[in-house]
Amino acid sequence: MERADVPGLVAVVLVTLATLAIGTWGLRFSRTTSDFFVASRTVRPGLNASAIGGEYLSAASFLGIAGLLLVGGADMLWYPVGWTAGYLVLLVLVAAPLRRSGAYTLPDFAEARLGSRTVRAACSLLVVGIGWLYLIPQFEGAGITLRSAIGAPEWVGVLVVAAVVLANVTSGGMRSVTFVQAFQYWLKLTALLVPAAVLIAVWWGDGRPSGSLGGDAWSSPVAGDGGIGLYTTYSLIAGLFLGTMGLPHVVVRFYTNPDGRAARRTTVVVLALLGLFYLWPPVYAGLGRVYGERLVAEGRADVLVLELPRAMLAGVGGDVLTGLVTAGAFAAFLSTSSGLAIAVSGVVTQDVTSRLVSEQRGVAAFRLAAMVAVVIPVVAALMVRNVGVAQSVGLAFAVAASTFCPLLVLGIWWRRLTDAGALAGLAAGGLGAGGAAIATLAGYSPGGWAGALLAQPAAWSVPVAVLVMVTVSLATADREPAHARRFLVRLHTPESLGR
Amino acid sequence: MTERVRVTGPPRHAAAGRAASRLGDVHEQTALGDLYLRSLLRAQLGLAVRLLALLAVTLGVLPLAFHLAPSLAGVRPLGIALPWLLLGVLVHPLLLLLAWRYVRSAERNERVFADLVSGPPAPDAESGT
Repeated sequence: MERADVPGLVAVVLVTLATLAIGTWGLRFSRTTSDFFVASRTVRPGLNASAIGGEYLSAASFLGIAGLLLVGGADMLWYPVGWTAGYLVLLVLVAAPLRRSGAYTLPDFAEARLGSRTVRAACSLLVVGIGWLYLIPQFEGAGITLRSAIGAPEWVGVLVVAAVVLANVTSGGMRSVTFVQAFQYWLKLTALLVPAAVLIAVWWGDGRPSGSLGGDAWSSPVAGDGGIGLYTTYSLIAGLFLGTMGLPHVVVRFYTNPDGRAARRTTVVVLALLGLFYLWPPVYAGLGRVYGERLVAEGRADVLVLELPRAMLAGVGGDVLTGLVTAGAFAAFLSTSSGLAIAVSGVVTQDVTSRLVSEQRGVAAFRLAAMVAVVIPVVAALMVRNVGVAQSVGLAFAVAASTFCPLLVLGIWWRRLTDAGALAGLAAGGLGAGGAAIATLAGYSPGGWAGALLAQPAAWSVPVAVLVMVTVSLATADREPAHARRFLVRLHTPESLGR
Repeated sequence: MTERVRVTGPPRHAAAGRAASRLGDVHEQTALGDLYLRSLLRAQLGLAVRLLALLAVTLGVLPLAFHLAPSLAGVRPLGIALPWLLLGVLVHPLLLLLAWRYVRSAERNERVFADLVSGPPAPDAESGT
């Protein structure tokens, strides 16, 4: 252990202790199955929005974006923009109706809307798949962070985060996690904002030098030249804008609102909180362009946020700021992976483990499910090669955009959706985008158009999924659920009417 | 020790015993109910589509604009390159403004629907306030 490792170690220990302490405190309020899954639906917009922000701002936002911006330039700004705008799309198309549907999870919604156990099973499978696809980079990011902060081997970070998440999730479920995540949003914002402010002051004191890394292309918001660059950019935008609503840990949060009106208001606060946070990663990228050339040369842009303070500031100042950003990064892994673990466990509980454990013991089934939800992506994170945190998160968005986005939008706004149409559309979108994601994760990347279509599938896989869903629904019009109209009435009727 | 409490499922119909439903027409699928629902659905969907269109013509055209006129990326108002200013800073107030406008309009649509369903001279109308 060297002196340089001390701030990082202190930060990780403090964040872990604070997370466990708040989780235990929240435990006092967590008694029923409903508490476990959706905090009994009593979370107010302010607290809920902080919790959503805390849960949503993952390793990709805290670490990945700054590094991507440094290496890739302005076209990578679409990641934070898309992650924020996704909430606007979600607000406009699904927020209030989804809350009013009264279901716990996406599979619950699908079953209630379409009256089909098969569609439910398909959705459960997708929730688990997307959740794992999203969890793997979180665990990988934790490994990278601990290696950078205290020089530990990568598997240490993976196991530490997994253990804390499991402890938190299995002890208190959604209710205690709500408090933990609200705390973690403000921790992450502070941990990014304060060092950024100090480092800007340092840069100003240095006489405001400007970097030239990346040349002129650094300022272009389009990925590369020609048609492929334009396609890649628009496909990324489509995946991010439409994918947010299909992420399991995002959707489950909307059920914790008291009613549809609160769900909308929560979303507006979330947009404000996300915007406030995403102002700062570009600052790190801009400063990294001046002070971080060594990181780019070594191919370690992923840890820009963690290493920039020491690169710019010697002595105690650099140590303190390093501790702060490490704390923020660690909070990012803990909160996002807790949210995903909750969402995946919720689905696994309902569809698998509650059949293994007897009916009365809902909480025991949930704990068992949480083990499954966490252990498998941990094993995968230790085995799969590292593809970069933001890119693999981007693939999870593309799969969500190609499956749950059409299902939710058509399910909420179109009466004639049938179970057969939904199944066919989920299969088309899931196999298309999921296949492209797996090929990319496996390292298969042909050049030219084929490579672009595989690396950013959303622009073709979302339209295909919608088209298949609509066509098959129209062809099987006699399977339209008898309660479709009544269900739509419920989704769109304001609560004030006393349903 | 904390006190043991029996774990049960969620209350399925918390609001069931509350005010009697005024949505009889809509639920019973009468022609009038059909009209009510269609009007609300159309109003809300129209609002959503208008908002998404606004998003498309503000944010959505940016890649195309910079693709067609790459020299735009070199413009530096306030000393910051235009793409960084637009996508790093100004996009956030825009999204917030769109969201705020949407919530106001959506709640107004719901008030109109509530008034329609409960009828104009409804003394016990709890909607619209």
